Amino acid sequence: MTIWKAPWFWSWAAGALAFAATLLLTDGRNGGDLLSAALTFASFSAIVGIGQMFVITLGPGNVDLSIPASMTLAGTLSLKFMGGDAALIVPGLMVALGVGFGAGVFNYLLIRLLRIPPIIATLSASFIFQSIAIWSNRGLRIKPPQSLSDFTTGATLGVPNLALVALVLAVIAWVILDRSIFGRWLSAFGQNERAARLSGVPIEGVRALTYIGCATLAGLTGFLLASFSGGAALNMGTEYLLVSIAVVVIGGSSIAGGNSNVPGIWGGALFMFLIVSMLNSYGLGAGVRLIVTGGIIIGIVAAASKKGARA
Amino acid sequence: MATEPLVVLSNARMHFGSVRALDGVDLSISSGECVGLIGHNGAGKSTAVNLINGGLTATDGDVTYTLPDGSTATGAAAARAAGVRSVFQELSLCPNLTVEENMRVPQRDLTGAGWRKRARVRIAAALDAVFPGHGIDAGAEVGDLSLAERQMVEIAIGFSDGPVPARLVILDEPTSSLDAGIAGQLTDYVRGFCAGGGAVIFISHMLGEVFDVATRIDVLKDGKITDSRAVGDFTQQGLIDAMGHVASEAAKQAADPNRIGDEVLTTDEGLSARRGELVGLSGLAGHGQAAALARFYLARSAGRGQVRNPDVCFVAGDRVRDGVMPLWSILRNVSLTALASMTRFGLVDREAERALGADWKKRMGIRTDDMGNPILSLSGGNQQKALFARALASSADIVVMDDPMRGVDVGTKQDAYAMIRAEAEHGRTFLWYSTETEEVCQCDRVFVFRNGAISAELTGDDINEQNILAASFEMQGQTS
Repeated sequence: MTIWKAPWFWSWAAGALAFAATLLLTDGRNGGDLLSAALTFASFSAIVGIGQMFVITLGPGNVDLSIPASMTLAGTLSLKFMGGDAALIVPGLMVALGVGFGAGVFNYLLIRLLRIPPIIATLSASFIFQSIAIWSNRGLRIKPPQSLSDFTTGATLGVPNLALVALVLAVIAWVILDRSIFGRWLSAFGQNERAARLSGVPIEGVRALTYIGCATLAGLTGFLLASFSGGAALNMGTEYLLVSIAVVVIGGSSIAGGNSNVPGIWGGALFMFLIVSMLNSYGLGAGVRLIVTGGIIIGIVAAASKKGARA
Repeated sequence: MATEPLVVLSNARMHFGSVRALDGVDLSISSGECVGLIGHNGAGKSTAVNLINGGLTATDGDVTYTLPDGSTATGAAAARAAGVRSVFQELSLCPNLTVEENMRVPQRDLTGAGWRKRARVRIAAALDAVFPGHGIDAGAEVGDLSLAERQMVEIAIGFSDGPVPARLVILDEPTSSLDAGIAGQLTDYVRGFCAGGGAVIFISHMLGEVFDVATRIDVLKDGKITDSRAVGDFTQQGLIDAMGHVASEAAKQAADPNRIGDEVLTTDEGLSARRGELVGLSGLAGHGQAAALARFYLARSAGRGQVRNPDVCFVAGDRVRDGVMPLWSILRNVSLTALASMTRFGLVDREAERALGADWKKRMGIRTDDMGNPILSLSGGNQQKALFARALASSADIVVMDDPMRGVDVGTKQDAYAMIRAEAEHGRTFLWYSTETEEVCQCDRVFVFRNGAISAELTGDDINEQNILAASFEMQGQTS
């Protein structure tokens, strides 16, 4: 297969373009710093994006809107639990993952038992998660343990630690999606839920695991983001609602479900950071920046979906 | 004027690809007539209805309407202008709209201020005329009405006053959800309507009703009208004989008595099957066969351990809705059900998957040079072979088939019959719903469905078209 026919190609091309345009302005200086920052910030987007990608693969109507609230709740509770004590880092991580897991179970039960459309279920669940976070936070800003903070801001062999974490997760996600029976079932579910059920696919198990996995990744991201930025904040997840969906779409996964790819998530995540920093370095204000970002996303999605229609 | 035909079909043909739904039909309906149109599944009834109401344009031949002013015309607009109305069996009302709002859909003159009020007057008058004492409020939302009430509204809309008065009303299974009393009101009204110069085409599987209301009965078989007589010249048994094929009994393969073993399944409806048995489900389409199969499959495949070692597998007939994974290759489509048993630590053994694909490509004769090609690159018949392979490649002992030969060419059918026989010899049990009587006659035992329940269980030499037809159609006023 020729490379530009791969669904993820355009996200990487657009990211490279934004990178080059930024460097043009600085005559090629600070390229290393920009790349390092891009890798770090893209990591957060990539991890939540992977979770969202699995959910979107389930097909039309499936989306997890509770990602920001799950991140906030997991970040808040885990930092509160650790209280700055380095000995509690691993249990603290478990708390964050556990919160995410619980949020996923809650989302799934709303969808399954009450038969609420996922978009409504996860949105209303997010109000509950956010409220719990507000209630338990009470304006406190607890610092993460120093060693954890150092890890999340540090680098190994010049590559940001967070990027390494996100890369490992991406590889695991790729194996699950492309090589495992679960990936097959997920894709079958997304193409035709009824036919999947009639072919013996355990569709409820697939749905449950997907929503739980997505929320657990959101919990992990909340933990890492809170540690990275020196404490949990109640609005820390806000921007990741749009970003988690945008990286999936820009990455070339089908919004109609059934067809997803992992490399595109990374391409989309890098692009989403680089486009903002490019607009920043060209000195555009926040309003213009948002408009241009939105316009570019629409453009990419339009181009990508046209391409699909022709094929 | 009573002799002037309202609609004339002359040598009308309707072909869908290579399927000849109507193969040269001559039919004329005059005012004052009530024509009972009967025939088995796929005989061409619906196609004939759609030709007459202008929904389809004949491939060949003419459909001519006589307009109220005496001139003749053709085409869908002429059908409307001639006052042709259809009432469908599958309810076509919008459930989220009120009764009066639904009037607006066929009656385009209901516009401008106060259209709801005018619609209300029209529908209320029609309901009062056809179903006196109906108790239906024209302002009620259709979704809140019972099935019978919806059908009554649908019928009333067909007979209601409108921009063009109703002159020919086509009733397709109008009484399928009405009780006897209400159905009686309808037949009374139809008789009055025809006596007043209107015409009706009446399609029903309740033969007694047809005898009760029709002035003439036309029998459709294989896209042709094979018999047309005044109602008095038919008997119910004669009608059933006329619908069936004339003695085309192929010598049935003698079933090996040792093949069939112990009972392996029973359902609440009364279906049962034994090991190695081919069990057919028959009757008119939409009488609960597919629903019974789906219920059985879903109940039997939900338990623990069913994923790796399923008891049952499913062959879809409606490929787009129930079967094909359109984004995938042929290989992935074939391996889907069996794949759970080919994993290590949750990862797919792709070598084993390829071997399975190659094996079933050969066994089913799937025509492709590479199983990695997209499933949609295959013809319909070959896609169906892939779906057969998906089910048979699993370890399940019970195979549920929901009209799997739909739209499949003769060659593929013969291959599939042979494959099914061979698998049954190996102890697999088949539950086979088919709309083709000829296929059902291949089975060891046949359950005939009518109105969602089993109306007959046929075995051995009793499995023939006559008996299946007799059990499919209700014999009113006769002791069975």
